[in-house]
Amino acid sequence: MKRFGVKAIVATAIGAALFFVLGRFVAIPSGIPDTNISIQYGILGFIAAVFGPIVGVLAGLIGHFFIDFSFGWGVWWSWVIASAVFGLLAGIGMNKADIDGGEFGKAGAIRFNIVQIIAHLISWVVVAPVLDILIYAEPANKVFLQGLVSAGINIVATGIVGTLLCFAYAATIPKKGSLKEED
Amino acid sequence: MVNLFNYIDRPSAIHRLTGATKLICLLLWSFAAMYTYDTRFLVVLSVTGILLFAVGHIHLSDVSFMLGFTFAFLVINSIAIYLLSPRHGTEIYGTCTFLFGMSGRYAPTAEQLFYHLNYFLKYLASIPIILLFVSTTNPSEFAASLNRIHVPYSIAYAVALALRYIPDVQQQYHEISQAQQARGIEMSRKASLTRRLKSATSILIPLIMSSMEKIEIISNAMELRSFGKNKKRTWYMERRFCAADILCIAACVLLVAAAVALNFINGGRFYNPFI
Repeated sequence: MKRFGVKAIVATAIGAALFFVLGRFVAIPSGIPDTNISIQYGILGFIAAVFGPIVGVLAGLIGHFFIDFSFGWGVWWSWVIASAVFGLLAGIGMNKADIDGGEFGKAGAIRFNIVQIIAHLISWVVVAPVLDILIYAEPANKVFLQGLVSAGINIVATGIVGTLLCFAYAATIPKKGSLKEED
Repeated sequence: MVNLFNYIDRPSAIHRLTGATKLICLLLWSFAAMYTYDTRFLVVLSVTGILLFAVGHIHLSDVSFMLGFTFAFLVINSIAIYLLSPRHGTEIYGTCTFLFGMSGRYAPTAEQLFYHLNYFLKYLASIPIILLFVSTTNPSEFAASLNRIHVPYSIAYAVALALRYIPDVQQQYHEISQAQQARGIEMSRKASLTRRLKSATSILIPLIMSSMEKIEIISNAMELRSFGKNKKRTWYMERRFCAADILCIAACVLLVAAAVALNFINGGRFYNPFI
């Protein structure tokens, strides 16, 4: 786990800003009415994978809070917390994956996707519905159905967007030992 | 860009409260409204919240768009609840009173309608206060106020920094998106789902690359100015507490106390008129 230093602070801020802008202004229609694909989770997964779980949890928390804050429809704490949990789990799961060192191949992609699927399932099918039941006493079958649908959409979005971002970013970083001494 | 957050600058008693006070009150109030399902208490919270709008000089027309959005959301949610679990009220209140002489799975019961009323009131109790907070709190002061309530300043600073860079990221996203669209990527309904996600990625990759560079530059600049060297820092937007601040916080603490007390009086989170 990386220390919460200056770089982590800035990464949190920029991560939250990216999460906010993509969540607030970028709507990709999914084909189902009134349901947009949340590509911001692809970014959050990527940021958490590169900078670790603390940055992930804070970027999710701040970014999602600002989205709700700016829409002004009320802050839905249960979903804000679920976003933060996703950032946390993605960061823990990708601990020491070393994307920053240019290491992201097939194995990395498989690991990233297993981690993001588990993280999304825990966030949207466990954390968000349970909080909805605790806070708003909503019926269980309704919130779990909602959770399953959003988990499915988010998994697809993160799987495509997040994985491609990791590949693209890792490719720009020169690998260790890529320079050879001339004979 | 100006209306990114819905801050409305008007002189009023609520605007004069410090950001920290408003944040503490928001958290306490939301907690009280989330915790209890007591109908009477929720009515009191809703009415007080709406009255506070007048105190804050916020007009209904300022927030009508947001209210409309919330209302639509509530209606959709209520319908979903009714369709998926038309007996939820009975499960909660323990009795089953059919109305209008009908019976069957979707027949209306008094308990279900009462549950829906409470569900509605629950949002009505918390939404005005959030709208009020959003409209009367300057976002920059918000970051300063986080530090005031003992959030470590590194985190409060991250919030301030995020606010600073949101317009930049937005601008950049817009530019990249226009450039890529000029090159022929398709993000509308015409393209297939995976196609759309791939197009989104071709905008995101340049955005992420420049953001990673930005992180590097900003953190180097902060490091050079020895950010994080001292245990404390001061905030330009911070203000001192005055009597009104303490009074407001005390009132909100009382609200939470009342919510917790009602929990014991009612023997649960629900107020049950059916027994």
